[in-house]
Amino acid sequence: MGEITLVEAVRLALARAMEEDPHVIVLGEDVGADGGVFRATEGLLQRFGNMRVRDTPLSESAIAGVCVGLAAQGFRPVGEIQFMGFIYPAVDQIVSHASRLRNRTRGRLACPMVLRAPYGGGIHAPEHHSESTEAIFAHVPGLKVVIPSSPSRAYGLLLAAIRDPDPVVFLEPKRIYRAFKEDFADDGSALDLGRCFTLREGDDLTYVTWGAMIMETLAAADDLAEDGIRAEVIDVATLKPLDADTILRSVDKTGRLVIVHEAPLTGGFGAEISARVAEGALASLLAPVRRVTGYDTVMPLPKMEHHYMPSKVRILKAARETMEYA
Amino acid sequence: MVLTRTFDEKAVALQRTGRLGTYASSLGQEAVAIGVASAMRPEDVLLPSFREQGAQIWRGVALKEALLYWGGDERGSAFKEQKEDFPVCVPVGTQFPHAAGVAAAFQSRNEKRVAVAVGGDGATSKGDFYEALNVAGAWKLPAVFIINNNQWAISVPRSAQTAAETLAQKAIAAGMPGAQVDGNDVIAVRDAASRAIERARDGGGPSLVEAVSYRLSDHTTADDARRYRDEKEVSAHWKEDPVARLRTYLVSQNAWSKSDEETLIGECVQAVGAAVDEYLSAGVANVGDIFDYLYARCPPDLAHQRDEAVAFARESDDG
Repeated sequence: MGEITLVEAVRLALARAMEEDPHVIVLGEDVGADGGVFRATEGLLQRFGNMRVRDTPLSESAIAGVCVGLAAQGFRPVGEIQFMGFIYPAVDQIVSHASRLRNRTRGRLACPMVLRAPYGGGIHAPEHHSESTEAIFAHVPGLKVVIPSSPSRAYGLLLAAIRDPDPVVFLEPKRIYRAFKEDFADDGSALDLGRCFTLREGDDLTYVTWGAMIMETLAAADDLAEDGIRAEVIDVATLKPLDADTILRSVDKTGRLVIVHEAPLTGGFGAEISARVAEGALASLLAPVRRVTGYDTVMPLPKMEHHYMPSKVRILKAARETMEYA
Repeated sequence: MVLTRTFDEKAVALQRTGRLGTYASSLGQEAVAIGVASAMRPEDVLLPSFREQGAQIWRGVALKEALLYWGGDERGSAFKEQKEDFPVCVPVGTQFPHAAGVAAAFQSRNEKRVAVAVGGDGATSKGDFYEALNVAGAWKLPAVFIINNNQWAISVPRSAQTAAETLAQKAIAAGMPGAQVDGNDVIAVRDAASRAIERARDGGGPSLVEAVSYRLSDHTTADDARRYRDEKEVSAHWKEDPVARLRTYLVSQNAWSKSDEETLIGECVQAVGAAVDEYLSAGVANVGDIFDYLYARCPPDLAHQRDEAVAFARESDDG
């Protein structure tokens, strides 16, 4: 058993980044004295002062827009959107400005900012607190979209995102903020962005997933192993830019692919992965690609959200059907 | 102001003859751009909308660069001399939060510099306008927000834009001073902008300046204001033409002669003409450029698309 939760890993990464680079500034609603509603920024105000840990007005577009201005001036702002459900007022700033500033000035100005937001369901939160709309951001040229799925990856990927010279939307699966712990050294080591992580190797079937869904997917892979089916489990981690090669190599090996994500089916990022496999590994496929996802519905309120979230049972069923297909 | 007007006239002519893209003239609002820009120090940062070419040129954006931008070439925002000013901002009002961010950078570094954002009357109806003013007020940022109230947001008149009696009063809600100034009087604009900018520089916090002007041109070359605006109204406003007013004042002070004017116009025409020649001979950038500046390093995934685009361009002899 480890010692560090995912949300603690976020805090350690923020503190480490702030310590090593005076240009790193944390800003958002309640990030100061309150330490963030999930405590991801706890203690940072006391340690780094109110010029570097700025409580903002309740103003998401201003948070993103101020990050753009700070980043253009050479700072490395890390803005927090309290819940992904509240990110939409900031989308204009992210899509129209953060993602475009380097390109439209031909590199004269750049936008090395990170916008963090807890996302996803399963914690019985109020309305607008549980959606997964990562595909919206993965569609936008100029952004990077990163989703960690464990404490150590949260630490390494957030450090990489902060050090990255371009804007990163960093979505934190809040259902696993405190679900499990890991041990790792707080030594400032970053992980590469733009790389999938193969969490478990196998020859029979490839599971591709990200965020909190790695919990159910790994559990499903355990069950399959009991039946002698060895599933490979890939955590995409960086949706954009996508490391398609790792996925294609795995499908070449296994011939069977099940994609798991919490977001709705239609236009979800699983569709992109499925298309890449159709383009790049069709001849290797022994069965149709399957997607186990949230439904194309509005995220239900807590009493029925468990019907929406892909369960281990659904993830297992898709795998078994894929294995049985010819 | 004369250079701005000469530039605008030439740009519209280039557009009409198919050699420039859609263009937003600043005809009649030259005093706003020049009054504000001349009140700034070089180390301040300008965050313009799309009608501040006069201010951009004053601050070192090359005429050729402005033409490149409006001609549809990203190189036009890669200013060679002006390193820190923001480029033209098309989505209305979205530049205001950037000004708060730039000002927060100055504040964090303890620098005596000011971020100056300019937008139109329509922009004051946007959420980003208020969000930016609000955070600037709350953090006491060295930012100045200038509204070029030219009375028209494309076809919507100022009277239909808001029930607020003035745009300057919108500052009150954000806890900062708001001033209204005659936007056709370059000396008055410069004075009001200087007060706001120096106040911000001295740690006094942000403020809002509403410069009341008039859009003598169409919204852009893609617009025909006769569809919604009485031409009598426009001709009446020509009486307030800021260039003519400045000339009248200077002449009354015995500070301006006909030969001064001829010399100035000749210089402006020559400068704009030379810029047009440079612009028209600038050629087209490499197709790879549309990929090469998206990220600091082109991701492998995108590099494949780049290769494809470059190959197609080469095959079609358009690379």
